[in-house]
Amino acid sequence: MFKFLIDRDTWQEVFDSFSKNKLRSILTMVGVWWGILLLIGLLGSARGLENAFNRLFGDFATNSIFVMGNTTSMPFKGFQEGKRVQLTLTDIKKVEENVEGIEFVVPRNITQSLVVRNFLSGRFSIMGDYPILDKVKKKKLIHGRFINQNDISDRKKVAVISDDIYKQLFQKEEDAIGTYIQINSINYKVIGVYQTGTMNFGPSEDVHIPFSTFQQVYNKGEKIGFLMITGKPEYDIQQIEEDSKLLLKNLNNIHPKDSQAFRSFNLGKEFAKLTGFLTGMQFLTWFVGIATLIAGVFAIGNILLITVKERTKEIGIRRALGATPFEIKRQIVVEAVFLTLVAGLFGIITGGWILIILDHFFGQGAEATLVNASVSIAVVFIALIILVVLGTLIGLIPAFKATSIKPIEALREE
Amino acid sequence: MLEIRQLHKSYPIGDSSLHVLKGIDLSVEEGEMVAIMGSSGSGKSTLLNIIGMLDEADEGEYILDGLAIKNLTEKKAAVYRNKFLGFIFQSFNLINYKNALENVALPLYYQGMKRKERQELAMFHLEKVGLANWAQHLPKELSGGQNQRVAIARALAANPKLLLADEPTGALDTQTSHEIMAFIQQLNDEGKTILMVTHEEDIANMCKRIVRLRDGVIIEDTKVTQVRAEQYV
Ligand SMILES: Nc1ncnc2c1ncn2[C@@H]1O[C@H](COP(=O)(O)OP(=O)(O)O)[C@@H](O)[C@H]1O
Ligand SMILES: [Mg+2]
Repeated sequence: MFKFLIDRDTWQEVFDSFSKNKLRSILTMVGVWWGILLLIGLLGSARGLENAFNRLFGDFATNSIFVMGNTTSMPFKGFQEGKRVQLTLTDIKKVEENVEGIEFVVPRNITQSLVVRNFLSGRFSIMGDYPILDKVKKKKLIHGRFINQNDISDRKKVAVISDDIYKQLFQKEEDAIGTYIQINSINYKVIGVYQTGTMNFGPSEDVHIPFSTFQQVYNKGEKIGFLMITGKPEYDIQQIEEDSKLLLKNLNNIHPKDSQAFRSFNLGKEFAKLTGFLTGMQFLTWFVGIATLIAGVFAIGNILLITVKERTKEIGIRRALGATPFEIKRQIVVEAVFLTLVAGLFGIITGGWILIILDHFFGQGAEATLVNASVSIAVVFIALIILVVLGTLIGLIPAFKATSIKPIEALREE
Repeated sequence: MLEIRQLHKSYPIGDSSLHVLKGIDLSVEEGEMVAIMGSSGSGKSTLLNIIGMLDEADEGEYILDGLAIKNLTEKKAAVYRNKFLGFIFQSFNLINYKNALENVALPLYYQGMKRKERQELAMFHLEKVGLANWAQHLPKELSGGQNQRVAIARALAANPKLLLADEPTGALDTQTSHEIMAFIQQLNDEGKTILMVTHEEDIANMCKRIVRLRDGVIIEDTKVTQVRAEQYV
């Protein structure tokens, strides 16, 4: 068989039969080519979209919630409705200790302040944060570091700023680390600059100072602005949200059914929706891709069927000259495999170009629609092999037919 | 060379069947040149096709060169057709996208002969039929007579013992017919056994024996004095 494949005559036969059946060969190849091209285009785009979403959410722990005190809407235990809900560090401890499935509970404080540096200034959100924030909401530091435990213990006057603020308060290329900015007339040393994420849930965040420093400077005592909770991966984040809120209501004398006492946002829930959407899209892509492939295979089969029918007389002649059915089938298989393989490889190449073009138009910059639109080589080659195998099998059906009749019947065919 | 006894063949037509060969007895010796004659539809081609193993008989015995031809596997039949039989058809049956040389070389390809050897041998046979200069031409670029000569060269290429020709001159004018017959006679002179179907008396008389078919049986089987075709060329 190997000898047969390296035999020049084999390929001469293949080539001859192509040049004789140009249109048909080209149609077959277009069928396969289009199938592979579409598959690569679709799968690549789907992957690109998925990557884009992942990048968007990448900075967040996707199984997290944030909760903020609001005002009550129901009277409870002698308290009138409309009471302001103020969460405290005690609440945090209780939640951490009592709600099942909690990974981190992160208390935060927030205020708006005037920030001044030399002659530049602006109003920004000042956050009081623990180092653990980094676990819940990844800060991509460009320079320096984030707040650490030392900063907390020593109530240091240090600040981590976003690159947005950096741009507003500093000269281009200026080194911010170690310089001082004034927040409410107090000097803070800049220890880190981080890249602002493309997506933000909750209030905007510009300057992070140690939680303890914030407590002291703004006289917060035990009070906290809001909290972020992340659940362990194996736990249902919605259940965690409900449990935490119920506990917080209990601790703060709020009616258990009061739905306005807290403002909250369940990122896990939103993320699950998007993940569902992505899964659906991937399923659709596969469905379309496979349907395309099947259509391609049928196209090949159909064309080969016509080919063999038209070639029945030729097969009859060859048989009269002493070709065995095996030799005839082998030739048809080589033709089919070669045809689909060449078309498939061409499809892979052009599919690659399509992805490059898509990347060029939609894949550039931080807010790209498609990030790294690509397909795995394995998937592509499996698709190609499926095409080749199915194309060959379907091609063999008429070949079997043409060799199972008597040679004279094949010869009589016009 | 070949021995046929009580050969029957019918074709199914709808519910009934058409009994075409109704008990043929025929024996052909090596070196003979036999014309099978009969009116159109008398079963000449059917008989020749069975002899050529392109078709199968329903009943009867057929022994070719000592081998009983019955229920052969298609693979075996293919080998026999390749080594033993050469076919010449009325409509030439050349492969239209292959040039003359490739057409002649095709039986040798199925013999497993190497490309170079094959082409040399094919060229030799093309020279023999006087078409060496046309080797690279496609069938559509050749005249009917030339195509039939290519077909003869192809039939000869594998050096078969038995040459089967179904109305080889049927598609040709008189002049060309005689040229082709001169070839075939020459082949017979060299020792090839030839079986030829024709319905033309003058062509039949260029053979050495005439077998007449009517209604599916042989009604006459006579030796004749061969008329040489060269004299008309
Ligand atoms: N495949 C077939 N199916 C049905 N009838 C056939 C078939 N081949 C030949 N016949 C019929 O058998 C008869 C003999 O045909 P054939 O041997 O070709 O005659 P000839 O060659 O003497 O003209 C004709 O009547 C023809 O119509
Ligand atoms: Mg006939």
